[in-house]
Amino acid sequence: MQTTASNPAASTLQIAFSLNGQAIDIAVDPRERLLDTLRYRLNLPGTKEGCGEGECGACTVTIDDLPANSCLVPTFQVRGCSVRTIESVPKAELGPMLAAGATQCGACTPGVVMTAHWIKQHSQVLESQTLRALMAGNLCRCTGYDGIIDGVRRWIGGPQ
Amino acid sequence: MNVLMPTSLAEACTLCAKHPGVIPMAGATDLLVHWPLRQAEHDKSYLDLSKLSELRGVRWTADSLTLGALATYWDVLQDARIASVFPLLPDAARQVGAIQIQSRGTWAGNIANGSPAADGVPVLMAYDASVTLASAHGTRTVPLRSYYTGYRASVRKPDELIVSIEIPLVACDFAVFHKVGARKAQAITKVGLVITRLASGSQRWRVVASSVAATIKRCPTVEALLNTGTPLKAPADLSAAFAADVAPIDDIRSTADYRRTVLARLLFHSLQGVYDGAAAP
Amino acid sequence: MQRLEGLSKLTGAERYLDDEPLEGPLKGCLWGMTVRSPVSRGKITRITYGAGFDWSQFVVVEPSDIPGPNETYLIENDQPVLAPGYVRHMHEAVVLIAHQDRNLLRRAVASVRVDVAPEPPALDFRLTPRPDQIQRGSDNLLKKLQIRKGNIERGFAQAHKIVEGEYETGAQEHVYIEPNAMSAWIEDGPTGDVVVVRGSMQCPYYVLNALKHALKRDESRVRVIQSPTGGGFGGKEDYPSTIALHCALLTLKARRPVKIVYDRSEDMAATTKRHPSLVRHRTAVDQNGKMLAQHIEVILDGGAYVTLSPVVLSRGIIHAAGPYTCENVLIEGKAVLTNSVPYGAFRGFGAPQTIFAVERHMDRIAAALNLDPLQVRRVNLLKDGDTTSTQQVIKGGTDRHALLDQTLHIANYDAHKREAEKFNRTHPYLRRGVGVATVLHGAGFTGNGEVYLNSKVDVAGRPDGSLEVLAASTEMGQGTNTVFTKIAADAAGYDIADVFVGTPDTFRVPNSGPTVASRTVMVVGKLVERAIDELARQVGQNGSPLRGPALKSAIQAWHRANPESELKGRATYQPPPDVKFDDKNYIGDAYATFAWGVCVAAVEVDLRTAAVRVLDFVAAQDIGKVINPVLATGQVQGGVVQAIGWALTEEMKFKDGGMHNNTLTNYIIPTSDDVPSIRVHFHENPYPHGGGGAKGVGELPMDGPAPAILNAVAHATGADPRAIPLTPERLLPLLR
Repeated sequence: MQTTASNPAASTLQIAFSLNGQAIDIAVDPRERLLDTLRYRLNLPGTKEGCGEGECGACTVTIDDLPANSCLVPTFQVRGCSVRTIESVPKAELGPMLAAGATQCGACTPGVVMTAHWIKQHSQVLESQTLRALMAGNLCRCTGYDGIIDGVRRWIGGPQ
Repeated sequence: MNVLMPTSLAEACTLCAKHPGVIPMAGATDLLVHWPLRQAEHDKSYLDLSKLSELRGVRWTADSLTLGALATYWDVLQDARIASVFPLLPDAARQVGAIQIQSRGTWAGNIANGSPAADGVPVLMAYDASVTLASAHGTRTVPLRSYYTGYRASVRKPDELIVSIEIPLVACDFAVFHKVGARKAQAITKVGLVITRLASGSQRWRVVASSVAATIKRCPTVEALLNTGTPLKAPADLSAAFAADVAPIDDIRSTADYRRTVLARLLFHSLQGVYDGAAAP
Repeated sequence: MQRLEGLSKLTGAERYLDDEPLEGPLKGCLWGMTVRSPVSRGKITRITYGAGFDWSQFVVVEPSDIPGPNETYLIENDQPVLAPGYVRHMHEAVVLIAHQDRNLLRRAVASVRVDVAPEPPALDFRLTPRPDQIQRGSDNLLKKLQIRKGNIERGFAQAHKIVEGEYETGAQEHVYIEPNAMSAWIEDGPTGDVVVVRGSMQCPYYVLNALKHALKRDESRVRVIQSPTGGGFGGKEDYPSTIALHCALLTLKARRPVKIVYDRSEDMAATTKRHPSLVRHRTAVDQNGKMLAQHIEVILDGGAYVTLSPVVLSRGIIHAAGPYTCENVLIEGKAVLTNSVPYGAFRGFGAPQTIFAVERHMDRIAAALNLDPLQVRRVNLLKDGDTTSTQQVIKGGTDRHALLDQTLHIANYDAHKREAEKFNRTHPYLRRGVGVATVLHGAGFTGNGEVYLNSKVDVAGRPDGSLEVLAASTEMGQGTNTVFTKIAADAAGYDIADVFVGTPDTFRVPNSGPTVASRTVMVVGKLVERAIDELARQVGQNGSPLRGPALKSAIQAWHRANPESELKGRATYQPPPDVKFDDKNYIGDAYATFAWGVCVAAVEVDLRTAAVRVLDFVAAQDIGKVINPVLATGQVQGGVVQAIGWALTEEMKFKDGGMHNNTLTNYIIPTSDDVPSIRVHFHENPYPHGGGGAKGVGELPMDGPAPAILNAVAHATGADPRAIPLTPERLLPLLR
């Protein structure tokens, strides 16, 4: 595969979408991943990059109310969509996660909270899958997952 | 990087014809892996299908289920009728990555990507699905079992787009999906096996294997063995038939020996209680 | 008390290095990247910068740009900062490049061709090197160490049976979720310009020493600041020195701020890993399983440079005999050079490798004698008054037999065992089993290490009467800040709201030693308490230390009397009385104290796929006094799951000596769905010389799971696995 040095920045694309409830109208380089746009253009660095390959889930956001790895989303694809990031999760709700020890180093945590928040809002998904299976897209290297799983259970008010 | 953003399927087909080599993009969950590191990919042209509403969703007809080219794993998980009629589709969908991938990854993308380790393709193949391709010159439908021509190679022409997947409504009385990955969740298949048995007929067994050949592979020799009701006393009794159908290799994820052994064991144990020629181990 | 920065992490507000806006000192920041060696060993013949780039627009650093010695300061300084015309491992740093456009930089870096005249690499540490593979001394040995107690020949002469075994463990990647990240800029200082390096790290003073050495600057002209660190596990112990040097060299050449943030695949390929090991046991036992002699050989793969291998080997051999007593012991250790990435610190630091071997060996001794593995452990387990392999007399009052019994009870060991055996009689292809490991972990630096470190902590009394703990010990997720706050508040009689922990910054904090070796709470925590004593003495009357509101008022009064002055109490490490170690002969108190643990694992093996699943796991430990139950439990659960990964799935695959599966797709760490809830039990026995009565907790959880799991697999299947990771591909042939 030959790469060219000149790196021609293709013409930018003007797109509009909703971000945490706010209308956004922005010119993006077609090469930008949603993760990059959020972190480096829109000053929302709460969304983390852990692997860039859709494995670790640290970059989890929701797009039209479904969790997605923002490292695998070209920004131009969210035109017309509703995107929510960790910055939209109410701090007041996170007490149970804190108390359970759901965060240690914190690098995976925003992604964990995004998935957990989505599960909380769609608790019917727990009818067909376990919490551990639903959280499997968020790799954590610190907690051994107990703190996270307990925290999500306490947060969504399920069995302790 | 050049991105084409059609607003209709017809326009997409026209653009496809006008830009030879343009890469169709749906959920982008394969295309964007390690994106910053793959600078050569940044110089290519992409056809963004994601906003084409005519390719969305799942549809039932009297004799088939149609998955639009933008139907995601999540879409399939939401359909209660699919779970009862084609239970292997949600079984496979739940094992593709995790929810973050299931929400955006598409069945058609799984076919187009052509990985021999795909999880969606083998269940579609075991249900004898067909793929409909469209171009500026019209459409054609190809059985999935004959879609692949080699490693990541298919009958799809550069100006053709996958527009839908059709699964015939044929009753199965047995269906099982096995995925062996390096861990329980979020794993790439190192050996996969899908088995279905039609409720009636003489050629009832379908066996599809993954990660053991250059493509997802129907296993006609194994199927023939089962269709004839040959007695099986041990997994080794399947080895010769599998050897005719698959050619596993050593790679970064597993070994040929492991794949060969596990494939036979999975089939053998799956047959217990459902296959007349199966002897208890 | 809840984690201090917990809500900031949960809301995504915590700013890691790459989250910072490029403002202030980072205004005009360039991105830095590294050109790496394409082969494992050889002489660089030519470096070609790709055509089509305007190289005048890039900042390029080669070895000639290094102001001081081209050496990374550590034990032997044998690792270059940039390959000096010769490479010793794949992915070794050769050239540094910086540019403002990250995409263009990636292309430029990819365009650089490094031609190397290859020489034969040594890639398998288990093999005796051929002459053309020798690169150090006459045998490629990086370090050789020995422990000798009694006379093993006497023990072997009395043996009822001699049991032998060979045990192997693989490399392990840390997979901290925040990849390595570092920034550097230049500030004006009173004695000239100051190179400031800020980044993700465990040990700011290691980084400082490395910068001083290779940049030829004294500490007034180099400053190191830790940024919030997203996990370390040892992976950010020594490697950040390398990235800090790279960043500093680029910033010195560019005279602009520079930031280096590794991609995951670069981080996995280029940074340190856990040492692979081969351990051989030869043990003389009597009829009851009592060990009469232990002859243990420990071989570690050290990788291409010495780095930390001598001390990893040291800890490894000291733990190699396990938590047992035996009259006659010979342990021979060596660390061997290979042309792989240098192996480095990883949670447990050599002990998990040797404990894996001895704990698997105990079960094999039991099998050889047809005894219960628990009996073999019980007859050998250390009691207070017994001596270890280094002839350290064990004391402290922990009843290890009771800890074992209690853990078995909590784990329902007998029921698990009965049910497994019943289950196995009927299931067509699943087999269940249960396994145990009894472990120990020496807390703090080995031998006289803590004395040499001579760690210091300051506690400042601020004008408003509040306290600020000033230490170089870093928060990387394990809870340093929370625990220091609690220890300081308890020691001072303060409310936690009046205690602060300063950011590790070498211009502000004294060297409290590296954040490693489970030493932070025990050793540095104790210094925090003593620094408060010292502070309280300074403001008290008649030298009587004040506490609580009286201390607060006295600090306020001191500041009123001494405006614009700093009030600090300082404590310097003092070893507990009677702790003596002869580090030449490896005799004496290898550690001031040990933490103790027992693990019980219940597993299920699928005979179709040879996949092993952990069904239940109990980890019990004596870590002295538990300071914060949620944090301590989290340390154990996280350590156990990291060890489950090491035991079962985390396999580093090599291609031409480099990591081949350097992605999270192909290097398999456990997900939430791969592990059970880890049941944690603490047996509290306060340690008088530890901060708040604590011993170390960080590493002990890594020691027991792998052997407990393999013992359980052996119980389930009758197979005899002796190497990890026990991947299905490795187990399958053992089941035939």
